[in-house]
Amino acid sequence: MKAAVVVFPGSNCDRDCKVAVERSTGAPVEMVWHQETTLPAGVDLIVLPGGFSYGDYLRCGAIAALSPIMPAVKDAADRGVAVLGICNGFQMLCEAGMLPGALLRNAGLKYVCKPVELDVTNAQTRFTAAYGSKRRVRMTQGNGDGNYFADAETLDRIEGEGQVVFRYVDNPNGSARDIAGIVSARGNVLGMMPHPDRAFEPELGSADGADLFRSVMASA
Amino acid sequence: MTTAIAEKPIAELAAEYGLKPDEYAVILDRLGREPNLVELGVFSVMWSEHCSYKSSRAHLRKLPTSGPKVIQGPGENAGVVDIGDGQACVFKMESHNHPSFIEPYQGAATGVGGIMRDVFTMGARPIALLNALRFGDPSHPKTKRLLSGVVSGIGGYGNCVGVPTVGGETNFHRGYDGNILVNAMCVGLADADKIFYSAAPSAGLPVVYFGSKTGRDGIHGATMASAEFDEGSEEKRPTVQVGDPFAEKLLIEATLELMASGAVAAIQDMGAAGLTSSSVEMAGKGGVGIELDLDAVPQREEGMSAYEMMLSESQERMLAILKPGREADGQRIFEKWGLDAATIGKTTDTGRIVLRHKGEVVCDLPLAPLSDDAPLYHRPYVTPDGHPRLDPGKVPAPKDWGQALITLMSCPDVASKRWIWEQYDRHVMADTVEDSSTGCDAGIVRVHGTKKALAVTSDCTPRYVQTDAFEGGKQAVAEAWRNLTAAGADPIAVTDNLNFGNPERPEIMGQIVGAIEGMAEACRALDFPVVSGNVSLYNETNGQAIPPTPTIGAVGLIPDYDQRMGFHGLKAGDALVLIGDTAGELGSSLYLRELFGREDGEPPRVDLVKERRNGDFVRGLIRAGKLTACHDLSDGGLACAAAEVALASNVGVTLNATSDQHAHPYLFGEDQGRYLVGTRDAEGLLAAAKAAGVHAIVCGQAGGEAVASKDLFSVPLNDLRAANEGWLPGYMS
Repeated sequence: MKAAVVVFPGSNCDRDCKVAVERSTGAPVEMVWHQETTLPAGVDLIVLPGGFSYGDYLRCGAIAALSPIMPAVKDAADRGVAVLGICNGFQMLCEAGMLPGALLRNAGLKYVCKPVELDVTNAQTRFTAAYGSKRRVRMTQGNGDGNYFADAETLDRIEGEGQVVFRYVDNPNGSARDIAGIVSARGNVLGMMPHPDRAFEPELGSADGADLFRSVMASA
Repeated sequence: MTTAIAEKPIAELAAEYGLKPDEYAVILDRLGREPNLVELGVFSVMWSEHCSYKSSRAHLRKLPTSGPKVIQGPGENAGVVDIGDGQACVFKMESHNHPSFIEPYQGAATGVGGIMRDVFTMGARPIALLNALRFGDPSHPKTKRLLSGVVSGIGGYGNCVGVPTVGGETNFHRGYDGNILVNAMCVGLADADKIFYSAAPSAGLPVVYFGSKTGRDGIHGATMASAEFDEGSEEKRPTVQVGDPFAEKLLIEATLELMASGAVAAIQDMGAAGLTSSSVEMAGKGGVGIELDLDAVPQREEGMSAYEMMLSESQERMLAILKPGREADGQRIFEKWGLDAATIGKTTDTGRIVLRHKGEVVCDLPLAPLSDDAPLYHRPYVTPDGHPRLDPGKVPAPKDWGQALITLMSCPDVASKRWIWEQYDRHVMADTVEDSSTGCDAGIVRVHGTKKALAVTSDCTPRYVQTDAFEGGKQAVAEAWRNLTAAGADPIAVTDNLNFGNPERPEIMGQIVGAIEGMAEACRALDFPVVSGNVSLYNETNGQAIPPTPTIGAVGLIPDYDQRMGFHGLKAGDALVLIGDTAGELGSSLYLRELFGREDGEPPRVDLVKERRNGDFVRGLIRAGKLTACHDLSDGGLACAAAEVALASNVGVTLNATSDQHAHPYLFGEDQGRYLVGTRDAEGLLAAAKAAGVHAIVCGQAGGEAVASKDLFSVPLNDLRAANEGWLPGYMS
């Protein structure tokens, strides 16, 4: 069992993701610099962390989606390796075409940092199996561009296919259909705006994020 | 601009650059000749109030700056204290008042960037940010725009760099209509044996510039920050710097990596007065000389003059002196992080700063006079007449008690600042355990990978300082100490950010002297040394000075974060105990100001012996697990403290005060050294208090869904919450 966290210039949750995975699952985590072109052998989970990669210049996640490491990330995803994009990482996955839709400026036009309640709308995925019958989890989110958008046809499709994994109970940013996180059609790529990497111990306000890391590492 | 400048006589320019005739005479004497333009620029910024502390230095010496935990006191980029296990906490607070008024977004953003650089320059990773903000009256036409811009700027910078903003304070008063205050504090974590300093250790070492390129922004920012404003102030916008938080993030990582590589002999960020102050201070402190080749400086624009390069305050730049033969290490790291870098000179043994540009020597100055002969003023001051104490019996009671509580809880100074702190990332780094949102008197972040945590706070009650500078200065320190205590921390040390008007006016100088002396007394009594600080003077517009605002930032250590305390844990059935003496002091109180429009009367006095005794007692109760909630009493007294505890804990409280007592001094008085605590064992607590010589009474109990006091008032929690949460979003919408 092994995980990797990709570090882009401007990533600022890379250490948080490493610590969250290590403390939640005990799995070792390697840091991978964005200019690498290969991933460590035998990686079971690749995390694209939050932050402001490349200063969020152009569009959030747009430059990171074109960085040297990304072809290796895509190859791994195609082979079925789990990929988790959190916040800026979710934006990268959408920019890279690995997940449908896009993240727009928040409806309130401001950065919003607050704890959010999430409904687990699909507990059958590799990322959510450990939630079992638990259908309501709490995490914190902090972003300026977390407003999930896709056309109605895409939204209908991902809802129909069970790809919507988390929904906001009280939508903080205007996301379409209260969507907070989605998986790819194959189910091995998860993008989400709330931070499980800031909710893995009770003193952080919630430990609900730990189950997500446990789920995905157990699925490997 | 350069042409126009070059045509003027140097002596005339000296005055324009803020040098007084006698200061200029000293320069002529020490050089034995007239300085050239570049040299004049160097002198004028180094001798500006901002860089030289020429009006305050003589009085700052009164502050206690040493103690068993102090590793580095004032004089370096930031203060350093020992937090055990070979770890150190590095922290400082700094103002960015003048630029934030002129251009709020960039002014505030670069304030955050600057204070972070001060901390990581010392070898520490920044782990927490706070900000203390003062704006004008909400009805002033500029206030809303300034508030919006400042908050966006702080968030835009801190969020991107990825350091949590965990605390702060925001006040409004018409006294800040023409000069807002933006005081930013950064707290960092380092290994105690790996602190980096700015003094160049020897001659012959390479001087390496890295970070962003130098442009024409912020030229003479330090001089601007050392002058009053008038109608033309907004024309000073070009002196405001422009920040790039992405560059700062890269700079932090590259700097810490460079330090870890062992290549760094000395290092200094380029803050106020940019390349001038960094090179002068590094060489001057090290007792060596420095030679720079300005052609090698990475430049953002073409055709920059030596003068512009030396005076630029372009952001996100560092100057390092590397150990011999280590330039390749630097180059590898700078390339990795995509930073501009160049070796721009070397240290020498001449004791001079020599600058070359386009083959010519454009500056050749002895370093000693820049620091040794920097002006030091013992400015005349008058201690303003104090206000008489208000007899609590003569202050009117409210007509409607419930409405009085709602008025206080929804007034701009007390109303929830959610609209502000929801724009700040409070959780990045995944070590925040208490922040502005949780109901705690301090922000608390874990010391990564340990059970320890740091508690941080910033405090000042300007209305007290206004009516009595000495007591106000004392109170600011005591309140910071109290807030850390209420969070369960052992207070360690202080950083101060002294914001005042024009020190050339004796009554302003009197405020400065009084506040510093009051702070010094409190710091001594509480063993709470000052380890860093910043002075911002000339906060005046058209002769109208701000209320005196000596902001205190402070840090404390919690040995085990499971023993931290907030005021969000009160449960129905808990007893509320008031710790500390209550005489009912209403002078300069919020009650007096918000209900009666009065800002008079002697402020409550801090009895430092009781402050310490009460605080040590409370901290002991917290460590022993005896409390369910703890909140210090400040603005609005017992009634507001009880309401805040009730809102944070989401449970009603009923106080014991009744209508047959003279209740308003008791409910709204702002006597110092007091705490409101929740407990399940009131009897045991009272017995312990008696044994410790601490005054404590049961003042109420938790339960129900209202904040009430016997037959005096009962305000439903929901109404109180709506009032408290509603003001700021309503104002900003």
